[in-house]
Order: sequence, then structure tokens, then C-alpha cells
Amino acid sequence: MTVERIVSEAKDQFPIGMRVLAVDDDPTCLLLLETLLRRCQYHVTTTSQAITALKMLRESKNKFDLVISDVHMPDMDGFKLLELVGLEMDLPVIMLSANGDTKLVMKGITHGACDYLLKPVRIEELKNIWQHVVRRKKFDRKDRINSDNQDKPHADSGEAAGMGNADNNVKVNKKRKDQKEDEDEDRDEDGHDNDDSSTQKKPRVVWSVELHRKFVAAVNQLGIDKAVPKKILELMNVEKLTRENVASHLQKFRLYLKRISCVANQQANMAAALGTADSSYLRMGSLNGLGNFHSLAGTDQFHNAPFRSFPPSGVLGRLNTPAGLGIRGLPSTGTIPLGHVQNSGHSSNDPNKLQSFIPGNHNANILQGLPMSLELDQLQNNKGVSHIGELPTANSSSVFPVPGSLMDARITGFSNNPILGVTSNSLMLEGSSQQAALHASNLRDGVSAIGFQNGNTLSDFASIDPVSNQLRDSKADLQGQATSINCNSGQIMTSVPQEWNASIPANGAIIQLDQCLDQNNSIFHRTMDSDSIGPMSFVDPLSIKAHNSAMEPSVIEKEGYLMYQSRPQGNHIPDNIGSLEDLASAMMKQDQDNGKPAYGNFGHNSYSHRACI
Amino acid sequence: MERNPLRRQLQIMRKSLFDQGYLDEQFVQLEELQDDSNPNFVEEVVTLYYRDSARLILNIEQALERKPYNFHKLDAYMHQFKGSSSSIGAKKVKAESTLFREYCKSGNGEGCMRCFQQLKKEYATLRKKLEAYFQVARQAGPMETACRPK
Repeated sequence: MTVERIVSEAKDQFPIGMRVLAVDDDPTCLLLLETLLRRCQYHVTTTSQAITALKMLRESKNKFDLVISDVHMPDMDGFKLLELVGLEMDLPVIMLSANGDTKLVMKGITHGACDYLLKPVRIEELKNIWQHVVRRKKFDRKDRINSDNQDKPHADSGEAAGMGNADNNVKVNKKRKDQKEDEDEDRDEDGHDNDDSSTQKKPRVVWSVELHRKFVAAVNQLGIDKAVPKKILELMNVEKLTRENVASHLQKFRLYLKRISCVANQQANMAAALGTADSSYLRMGSLNGLGNFHSLAGTDQFHNAPFRSFPPSGVLGRLNTPAGLGIRGLPSTGTIPLGHVQNSGHSSNDPNKLQSFIPGNHNANILQGLPMSLELDQLQNNKGVSHIGELPTANSSSVFPVPGSLMDARITGFSNNPILGVTSNSLMLEGSSQQAALHASNLRDGVSAIGFQNGNTLSDFASIDPVSNQLRDSKADLQGQATSINCNSGQIMTSVPQEWNASIPANGAIIQLDQCLDQNNSIFHRTMDSDSIGPMSFVDPLSIKAHNSAMEPSVIEKEGYLMYQSRPQGNHIPDNIGSLEDLASAMMKQDQDNGKPAYGNFGHNSYSHRACI
Repeated sequence: MERNPLRRQLQIMRKSLFDQGYLDEQFVQLEELQDDSNPNFVEEVVTLYYRDSARLILNIEQALERKPYNFHKLDAYMHQFKGSSSSIGAKKVKAESTLFREYCKSGNGEGCMRCFQQLKKEYATLRKKLEAYFQVARQAGPMETACRPK
């Protein structure tokens, strides 16, 4: 009883004066929103720029209780802002949009939005938004109990209003549960503080790329299933990091992985719908070799950026199906049925013809090489691989953004999945070797290995292009992917040489690629727009290749999803790209053809992959 | 019925705007937000809308001059425009926006162009009517919250 009273008292007082940050580029809507919020007696701060909003939030983390943001904004995608806020500040974020598409709502939820409101927003809806803040605070003190769970479905159904189907609700519930766990974790931290008699919060830990890498390495080493905060903490051996910090981070990581897997699932579904080799796509989920996923997330924002763009699919749960992507090791030219490819499988020594790489023939060789490297990577690399363990359990666990490479492969298949794993460039650099390994394991396609061996990385890229064309689902996703891929590829390139000991082209080539990739980042967005996934493949040739090599021959054979066309519709990325310059120029051309990228040029920075969304 | 002739006129104008479908429920929300502390809120919002959306209209116009049409871009502009328009309760304008987006999605350039012309007409008509309405409102002075049209 007492508890209830306290809670209700909190409720009575709390909504009044709740500090809200409202973000919307449309001044009319912003003014309306501000007035409505003031009418609800909240304390309102407004800004029309997402970047300004982030700045304000970062400056004083405790200045706001809630954030309301529009989805469509010129300087930064609303979903990205959502992720960043969720990760960095752990504040409830409500999305606002004139578009009430189920897909978008789903996207908002998977990115961690507490709620999704449609414009024009009504005061009745705003009167209740305080519940999201209370809910979080509530979890602070209480242990998770059944009643909480009962409350959740309530909120969940509210949020899932736009979704309407049981699966979605379940997913939402799951997500909420994860979020709740996450919140609880966080709250535990605070709770412990409270228990310790001080009511001050611990200073927030910023999960830098470096820190995240260590985290991923530790998780990887332990195996995602066995990764417990205490052990992770020990492995990381970072001063001033507490078990609670790690626990909360782990929760987010899991959420991320789950999200990825959902996306992958969806992609697989879409692939199936598109008529590509269903089998191959379905395989996606089974990629246990996901271990290779680098913890691309690298930075504290790792989860969100590139992967958010995928609407959760509910079907697959398994991200890693290299098969699904089919890109691995698939010949670059046109739609090549896997079987076909395999037949033609020749030694990969023909750099310009991935087709000849047919995994089948070389897979054996490559695979042998790959797994080993993978293992090595896993042991050595702190970054990337960690997710691998997670993948098998993707269905239930959160999927961490797979390192670009892994995801890339997948994405090409599905076109929707920006997961390409671009998570963080920095990660890529460090984990590049791992990534290569990861890719390899994922792709299980000897082709990429072959490609590397041949030192013809560029041609490999070309092959990826076709695959991606096959699946164009959501351009937006692709764009995101491309970006991520770009980021990753750059990284991967650098690392590949180490990994493969292959006659990989001199680092000069890699550097070029990196540069190209930078250019391509913006381009990729474009290409995505033009429905050509191809460029994406370019982005991460190395990673994709690695994936390819990882692919098992059998998978490839069955997959038959080599459907990718050799070129994105109309884009002319030569299969045999002899040089990065060609690649870059091809992509540029596409870019020009396609017009202005919807997302603009985010540049090759930590935001780039995030911008993919 | 208002005794004050200006207020009566205002009520009639307002009712006709709703009856003829120019405005919808959202406009009432705006009116409800207007109070003593915010006496000209509705007019402020509408003014802001017309100012900001003029930019969008221009963008769309320019985009429609470039062939082939970039439907994706057009759709994005219109999405924004629609969001604004719905915020002030501009019913007919909103309907045209929706139609325009449909045409964009189906790649119907001809339809887009036609629809846009119609949209601009509705947009201009509403503006004139609202301007007249606010003029009378200012003259009539503060009045009781209008009865809901429904």
C-alpha cells in the first residue's frame, strides 16, 4: 500500500514541471508542440535541429526528463537521434511523425522509442507521456516483479498500437522486456548507490570505441552465452568501470544484436518474397559463425546507427546466414545461380571474375583457412567477434550490430539490411583482422578468400554489387548499409592483409579503397536510392569477400541466391573493377544519376554509418 | 447567437470554414490552446505555417521543373508539407498533399503536376479565407471559445 501511495504521489506531482526537449525542424509543428506541452504544464525546451538537441543533452545530462523528436529531419535522422539519446543519456524518447506506417512505427520501437505519435499531435496524447519517465524511474527502485510485467503489456500495447499484429506485440514486449532489463540494470546501478546511502548517481560511463572494443573482446572470449558482467569486467580490466556499467552495456548490446537479427530475419523474408533463393535466405539465421560479427558498435553508439534502419522482421532471428546473402563469394556478374556458380568454380585466380571463384571449388581451401583465422581473431581481437556467440541466440537476444563485413554480406542479399555492420569505423580498424575473419566465417565462402589471395580485391567488390541488386528492399536501409559498409570496408581493408597473408594488394590499394569508401559513403546513399545495392557491395569488398570465403560450399550450392545481378539497375559498376578509381567513379556516376542522396553526405566519420538510416 | 455583430459574423465565417471542409478538428485544437496568456495563438501559428510552407511550395515547384521527376524528393517535400498542413487543420490542403504523395509513389508525373496545381489553389484560397477571418477576429476582440462544430 505504502509503495502504491508513493508511486501515486509521484504521479501526482511529477507530470507538472517535467522537463521536455522537443525537436522538430518544422516551425509550425514545433510551435504547436511547444504550446501543447506548456498547456500540459511541462517545462519545455525546443530546438529545430537534432544536432543542437544532442548538444544540449550532452551538456547537461540531467537537464531533461524526456525527449520528443520528429522522425524526418534534415540534419539528422530522427531514428539516429533516438538511438544516440537512448545509448548516451538513457532518456525516454518519443517519436513524432506525420507518417504512421507500420514499418516506421516498428522502426521507432526497435530503435528504442518509448512511444510513437502521429501528427498532428493531440493534447490528450501528450498528457500521458509522463508515464514513460515514471516507468523508468519506477524500475529504479523496484525489483522486476510480475506486476511490472503486467504493466508493461499495457504500455506495450499502447506502443504497439500501430502494429496490430501479435508477432509485433510479442516482439515489442520482448523488446520492452529487454529495455526493462536494461533499465533495471541501470537502475540497479543507481539503486546500489541509493542503497549505499548516497543518492548521487555514478558518473555516467562513456563507452568509447576503445572501451567497447575491450568489451566485445571480453564477451567474445567468454562466449556470448556465458558472458556475465563480472567476468567481462575482469577481462576488460578497466579502472573505474563497475560491474553495473558493464551489465547495462551488455543489455544494450544484446538488444542490439537482437535487433540485428530481427532485421536479418526480415531481410530474409523479403528475399524470399522477392523470389530469390529462399533456401539461401532462410539459412541466414543459422549462421553460427556469426561470431565474426565484430562488435562494430565500437563507440557507445554502436548499436544504433547503422542497424536501426531495419525494421524488425520477426521471422528470422538469425542474422548470420551467409547463405541468405549469397553474396559471399558469388561471382560478380549478373544473376548467377549458385549452382551455376559452382560449376564454373575455378580457382579464384581470376580476380576479375568472381564467378570463377565459385565458392564451391575453393571453399574447401578457403574455409580451412578461414576458420582458423577466425578463431585466432576471436581470441585476439577484442573487438569484433564478440557477437558471434550472440548470434545463434539471435532470436531471443539482442543482436549486436554485426560488424560491417558480416552484415554487409547479408545485406546485399536483402537489400534492407543496413546492418552491414558498419558499426564503427574505429572498430573496423582494430578489428579488421577479426573482421576479415568474421566475414570469412560468415560467408563461408572461399571466394573472398580467393579474392584476397589473388590480390584482386576490387574485383571482389564487383561481385558483391550484383548480389545486392537482387534485393532491394528499402532503399533507406540500403543506404544505411552502404554507409556502414563503407565504413567497414575501409577498415577491413586495412586489416585484411594481416589476416589473410594473402597476396592482397598492397596497402596502397587498401588505402585507396578507404578513400574511395569515404567518397562512397555518400554515394552509397545514393545508390541505395537508385535501388542499386551494388555500390554497397563495393563498399565492403573485403568484408564481403571474407564472408564469402566463410560460406560453406554447400550453403552456396543450395542457396542459389546468387541472384544478384551483376549491376544495380542501371548502375554501371563494372564487374571487373580494375581499380578503386573505377569503383569510385562508377559509384559517383551512379550518384549523379541518382540525384541527390537523400541523406546527404555525412562524411566518413563516426556519424556516417549512423546516417545510413 | 452572438449579439455583437462582429462576433456573429466571426462565428458564421468560422462555421462556414468547417462546413465547407477547409478546416478540420485540428483547428479547434489550436483554438483551445489560445487563452489569455496566448491570445493570438491561432493567428500566430497560421502565419508561421504560411511563411514556412511557402518555402516548401517553392521547393516542390522547382523540383517539378526538373525532368525526369525525382519522385523520392518530391514525396519527401510533400511529406513535410503535409505534416505542417495537418498541424493547423488545413483539411483540403492536406487531402491534396495525400493525393500528391500517392502519385509520387506510383510515379505518375502527370498526376503530380495536376495535383500540385490544385493544391496550390486550395492553399491560396484557405489563406485568403483565414486572413479575412483573423481580420474580423481582431476587430471583434476576445471572444468566448467557439462552440465545436460537431
